[in-house]
Amino acid sequence: MSQFFTLSVLTATLATAIKFAVPYLLASLGETIGQRSGVLNLGVDGIMLLGAFGAYYTVLETDSHLLGLAVGLIIGLLMGLLYAVVTVFLHAQQGISGIGIFLFGLGFSDLLFQELVGSVKPVKPLPTLDKLPGVGGIFEPLVDIDILGPLVFDHDLMTYTAFLLVPVVTWLLNKTTFGMNVRAVGENPQAADSLGVSVARTRFIAIMFGCVLAGLAGATLALQLAVFQHNLTNGIGFIAVALVYFGAWQPRWVMAGALLYGLVTATRLRWQSLDIIPQGASDIAAMTPAIITILALVLLASRARGPAALTKPFTRH
Amino acid sequence: MSAPVLQMHNITKTFPGVLANDDVSFDVHAGEVHTLLGENGAGKSTLMKILFGLYQPDSGQILLRGQQANITSPTDAIEKRVGMVHQHFMLVPTLTVAENVALGLPSSRGLRTDLDAVSERIASISEQYGLSVDPGVEIWKLSVGERQRVEIIKALYRDAELLVLDEPTAVLTPQEVDDLFVILRQMTAADTAIIFISHKLHEVMELSDRITVLRNGRVTGHTTPAETSRQQLADLMVGREVKLAPDKPPVDLGLVRLKLRGVTVKGDRGTIAVDNVDLDVHAGEILGVAGVSGNGQRELAETIAGLRPAEAGSVQLDDTDLSKANPAQSRAAGLSYVPEERMKDGAVGEFDVSENLLLINHGEKRFLRNGLFNFDAIKSHCQQLVDDFAVKTPSLSTPTSSLSGGNIQKVIMARELESSPAVLVAAQPTRGVDIGAAEYIHSQLVKQRSDGVAIVMISEDLDEVLGLADRIAVMFEGRIVKIVDRENATKDQLGLAMAGAG
Repeated sequence: MSQFFTLSVLTATLATAIKFAVPYLLASLGETIGQRSGVLNLGVDGIMLLGAFGAYYTVLETDSHLLGLAVGLIIGLLMGLLYAVVTVFLHAQQGISGIGIFLFGLGFSDLLFQELVGSVKPVKPLPTLDKLPGVGGIFEPLVDIDILGPLVFDHDLMTYTAFLLVPVVTWLLNKTTFGMNVRAVGENPQAADSLGVSVARTRFIAIMFGCVLAGLAGATLALQLAVFQHNLTNGIGFIAVALVYFGAWQPRWVMAGALLYGLVTATRLRWQSLDIIPQGASDIAAMTPAIITILALVLLASRARGPAALTKPFTRH
Repeated sequence: MSAPVLQMHNITKTFPGVLANDDVSFDVHAGEVHTLLGENGAGKSTLMKILFGLYQPDSGQILLRGQQANITSPTDAIEKRVGMVHQHFMLVPTLTVAENVALGLPSSRGLRTDLDAVSERIASISEQYGLSVDPGVEIWKLSVGERQRVEIIKALYRDAELLVLDEPTAVLTPQEVDDLFVILRQMTAADTAIIFISHKLHEVMELSDRITVLRNGRVTGHTTPAETSRQQLADLMVGREVKLAPDKPPVDLGLVRLKLRGVTVKGDRGTIAVDNVDLDVHAGEILGVAGVSGNGQRELAETIAGLRPAEAGSVQLDDTDLSKANPAQSRAAGLSYVPEERMKDGAVGEFDVSENLLLINHGEKRFLRNGLFNFDAIKSHCQQLVDDFAVKTPSLSTPTSSLSGGNIQKVIMARELESSPAVLVAAQPTRGVDIGAAEYIHSQLVKQRSDGVAIVMISEDLDEVLGLADRIAVMFEGRIVKIVDRENATKDQLGLAMAGAG
């Protein structure tokens, strides 16, 4: 245990935790916007998988991370379109349609991977600041700063984007007319409708935000790991949905949840590599993040009330 | 005189099998209150839905300020300066007052909200009409009266020249009603036109400048308070002579049948809802429990009925202690219960009339043959009840949810009174029920009283309490704050007690 509590190991673990938190954070911030408008999307994991494969395959073929992320974003947009049409315009049950989206994403991403790639072929990972082409040199000395360097400056651009999105989403929800409409249609769509707020349009846009971020979350995950394989996300999208409840639909608490999850995962991996957790117990250890989530949800379940119209399709009469 | 703000000419609207509006005409001038009076199904809401563009009339026309108006949606109506205060408020509880008012309106700052500017205008509107409310507070923190003010502000903020209020007093205390009427008077003084929809006759007489009475989709009278009386309005509404207050024959007060001592009950949120209540109810009396909704009446009724355990105290029916009883034990002891939420707690909507009539006693031998239902016996029993209680239903196998509120209530009453109870708890027995059905339900309660049943009648309608009760208890914040004999009770005094100022 003592080899874990050294400054360098703790710092490295924390830095890993921040990196691990990124896909969770992106996906759950998007899901927060969707849920605040009254739409639950259980298909996040499937959209992440498609985004992940799209980004991975693009980088494999073109070597461009930017293009890869753009493909992930566009896949999120297309899946959002599908989900929005099904839930908002066709009034389908959100729980069932979300699971459908997940199963489609899981199967289709694997099929494409088998057909187009076949075996595990690594790509180059998302570069950290100091490895950015052209400007990387500026950041090189910063990375060497004690503690602060690895924690703050040794990350890729998607990590900064994800954490920057926390205040942006908070602002969007609380300070813009769109955010006000989102909160209103998630709580009392009849009231919003009676004042001329289009419930369908508001939810449509909120779903788009959510799915674009899910696609980006998948793309980021694949490019951080620099590989793709069957079921790469391994349930991250579902955890992201749970984190929205954990975070009581508030971006900053959702971020806290994502960080906690990243920390638990990073600590577990570190403890396994340091043999603090015996090899035979690693399956049980692998369950800790899930167990912590369940416990947190149980303990916090009664704390906050979600949007009143969550999962309820809206029709005028 | 300038053109009326609104004229509705010869409006006719049919739905398959129903003539909802038949050649209805009426108009509203600036600065007047025009009341639409009528029973449920008389055509008031269809007429208002046509005004708000939710329905298009089959024939007839709508003129706003003398100009032909083609209204296609509620938003369109708002743009044409017609506002509506719905009976069920159209507010988002988690948003602030200012946010609720700003919803749907373009912001002066483009994408960003301009709530400080909105709040300023709300403050000036509040001041002008005496509608005091804090723009920065979330709706869920406000009282019902304050929420209604927010609804009015929403309409005024959109420069409404015509405001429709749909049964606005249904949820208010008598004092809040007075406050509302002062506000409405201030609005008419500022030339706003008001359509007031109500079936509370004394309020209609007090507030209206003109009255239009509707029945079965037709106008049955245009009148003014000076030319008419409550009795005449009721007769116009129902189409026959109505007894507004039932005749109550004198009854000798019997023994105490229901006795509550120190009853304390927790509400759904875990807070104390009923606080140390003592009550005695005698055979042959109606004890009226008055109070604004949410002051513990529902929890008290549920505790007596065995649906909600008491935290402390005792509930005794004759010699049986019911403090820890379940509903079956309460019923076995002689208790019947007509709950306030009739479709949620009183009847199963998808069940047919006979199934609902048999909900309690379907296990009795008289309805069984060889352990299976004896449908002949069931049918004759249910037919008897339907006839006795004048339930208007196409058949015994009609789904109960398709009946009117009054007839559903009659089904529940028939079932509850069939067992000849010792004690009857009736919560809001005529809420949302037509005058005709209410008259019948009242006569049944009086009949039970004559038969020596001890009756607890919980009602938010003070006229109902004053018309029926022998003694009146007022509940406020879980306590009985006042208990008086009917002959010593006045409306003002009860109203003050309901607001906690008695």
